[in-house]
Amino acid sequence: MCQHGPGAQASGFFIGGESLIGRDGLRVRFDKLGIVIALLAAYGALWSSFATLKPNRIVQGKAGSMLDSLPAWAGWALIGVLVVAIAAALFRASPWIKLIAAVAALAALTLSIGYAATFLTPAGNTYARVSPASGFWILLFAFALLAADAITRLDPPPGMRVLFLLLAAVAIGALLMSGSWNGLSIMKEYSGRADVFWVEAGKHVELALGSLFAAVLVGLPLGILCHRVAPLRDGVLNTLNLVQTIPSIALFGVLIAPLGWIATNVPGAAAIGIRGIGVAPAFVALFLYSLLPVVANTVVGLAGVPRAANDAARGIGMTGRQRLFKIEFPLALPVILTAIRIVLVQNIGMATIAALIGGGGFGVFVFQGIGQTAMDLVLLGAVPTVVLAFASAVVLDALIEMNSLVPNGARSA
Amino acid sequence: MIEIDAISKRYDGVPVVDNVSMVIEPRTVTVVVGTSGSGKTTLIRMINRLVEASEGAIRLDGEDNRSIPGYELRRRIGYAIQGHGLFPHRTVAQNIATVPGLLGWKKARIDAKVEELLTLFQLEPKTFGPRYPHELSGGQQQRVGVARALAAEPNVLLMDEPFGALDPIIRAKAQEDLLAIQKHFGTTIVLVTHDMNEAFHLADKIAVMDKGGVVQYGPPAELVRSPATPFVETLIGDAERPFRLLSIAKTGAAAEPGDADGAPISEDRSQQEALADLIWSGRDALPVISKNGVPMGRVTLDAILKRAARPR
Repeated sequence: MCQHGPGAQASGFFIGGESLIGRDGLRVRFDKLGIVIALLAAYGALWSSFATLKPNRIVQGKAGSMLDSLPAWAGWALIGVLVVAIAAALFRASPWIKLIAAVAALAALTLSIGYAATFLTPAGNTYARVSPASGFWILLFAFALLAADAITRLDPPPGMRVLFLLLAAVAIGALLMSGSWNGLSIMKEYSGRADVFWVEAGKHVELALGSLFAAVLVGLPLGILCHRVAPLRDGVLNTLNLVQTIPSIALFGVLIAPLGWIATNVPGAAAIGIRGIGVAPAFVALFLYSLLPVVANTVVGLAGVPRAANDAARGIGMTGRQRLFKIEFPLALPVILTAIRIVLVQNIGMATIAALIGGGGFGVFVFQGIGQTAMDLVLLGAVPTVVLAFASAVVLDALIEMNSLVPNGARSA
Repeated sequence: MIEIDAISKRYDGVPVVDNVSMVIEPRTVTVVVGTSGSGKTTLIRMINRLVEASEGAIRLDGEDNRSIPGYELRRRIGYAIQGHGLFPHRTVAQNIATVPGLLGWKKARIDAKVEELLTLFQLEPKTFGPRYPHELSGGQQQRVGVARALAAEPNVLLMDEPFGALDPIIRAKAQEDLLAIQKHFGTTIVLVTHDMNEAFHLADKIAVMDKGGVVQYGPPAELVRSPATPFVETLIGDAERPFRLLSIAKTGAAAEPGDADGAPISEDRSQQEALADLIWSGRDALPVISKNGVPMGRVTLDAILKRAARPR
């Protein structure tokens, strides 16, 4: 039943394919992940609704299918594109074909949802809101998965991956600039808050990157110290572990008192923005959460430096500092960069909570949205956060790969 | 010349090396042997001050090794260890260039030195220079490790079980290479091993260590003929004694005038090899030739056996 053709060995991910037509070398095989993607997409397209029309921004709306949400020609065109893309996912084909199919499907989906918004909104009605429904999100996920799988199988070099990311960013930027999404509720939420949105975006990035930077500045030397002074190691790591287990909201609460005290009693502290609530406690909390990964990975990275290499470095006359910078640090760098990647993604997500104590960031929209039961406003905070975290993960992964100068296997040598 | 003068090392009051004195002649190979924990590694690590002595002094060509900072001292002394200790993130050429780089040599001089050493160790510079250590075989890695230790043209080379991780065939080749290199540069080599065959093969003088002290220090033949303690006797091995004596003497030394039939043996092969040839070919005598192939007479089974007997 299950036949392994010459192509079966070509990719490590797919164990085998099922032969559909066995005619003289022309074989069509199912792609296993493709089956999952196709089922998911079929469910999203056939059994879920595509767009929701609400009379105003806070009431429940009425969800409709693709054909309900779009004019007939556009509805059928979208279905046509999706069917072709599902076919590309379902059968074994070159990753390039799958990537192009996925990108086409994603483009068709994003354009259609914008068009649906214009189509569904009654003319002149400024209260009605159109937002994507579950089917849209499922389809988006399915084809994003197809694109990600295709890119993984293409195995592009790190620079190429960043280029893909840039292309995607340009495409999304163009989509937003073109105004084709302006009818969508999330964009209507944005248009009323455009100024605030960018201010909060700036605060969000500042919080996430600033606390990361501070954590690296403190964590690296601390990690090196823990590596060199063994008795210190357990104490420091356990303390940081303990900090990590404190829920973020509790940590904010705990920080209010001491920071408030500093603000009133230390001259100049209030002037540089230290207060019991606001950016300061959020910054300190993110910083504290970031310390454990940085310190722990520095210690692990340095401990992973081969003993013989270290001994030889000393034996041929390197000073302690030369050993640290020329041998230990370069060898530990990929592990340390991994920590920085973890911390950055974690901080971008967690900075959302800073809004709770007046720290600003995308969380402002999330909490406002929850307060007003306006889910579109929640999305205005959540979607950029996810996009930002994803983008920084891709960039840092590329950076890590570029920095492991030695090809695989060096550690075991 | 390395003068080790009443040197001791104690950890928490427990002596690891206890009052050792010995003089290592320049341009010789000294092998330090002993069981694990006998203090042999600690002893050579005190020469380049990877371990600081608790008492006593070590002088290199009359100069106390504590007169300059430890790292400067170590740049002047070659150091090679078991498992090579190459830097995995640096190429072979960069590894070898490490010490010259630390000493601030000009780039052209470093490049020339790297090329010279790679060629000397039979590693094609263009092929092997840009490779990373994990792309080499065990034997090649070990050669690069020794090349790195020799890069700054040190007078003294310390080796801590340098061939411990190699298989027997590559190990034998590495030992031959080391002797050739030692002749080429005239380096004073101090090598630690627990392999007695290796010690007898390489050493001009052997120092036997037991429980932190040097119990005997002398040429290999002396250790066989008159072991100082029962420990030395055990280390050499009762069953091995005659063969050890033969292994350190050259066939040329046992040659006598006369004729013999069959394939000749070169004068620079060991007498142990001559004996093996005699037994294997069932002959009573072998023709001996010089290195240039000139006949030098013969070597007889009797003569060899006499030389293997206990000296009276």
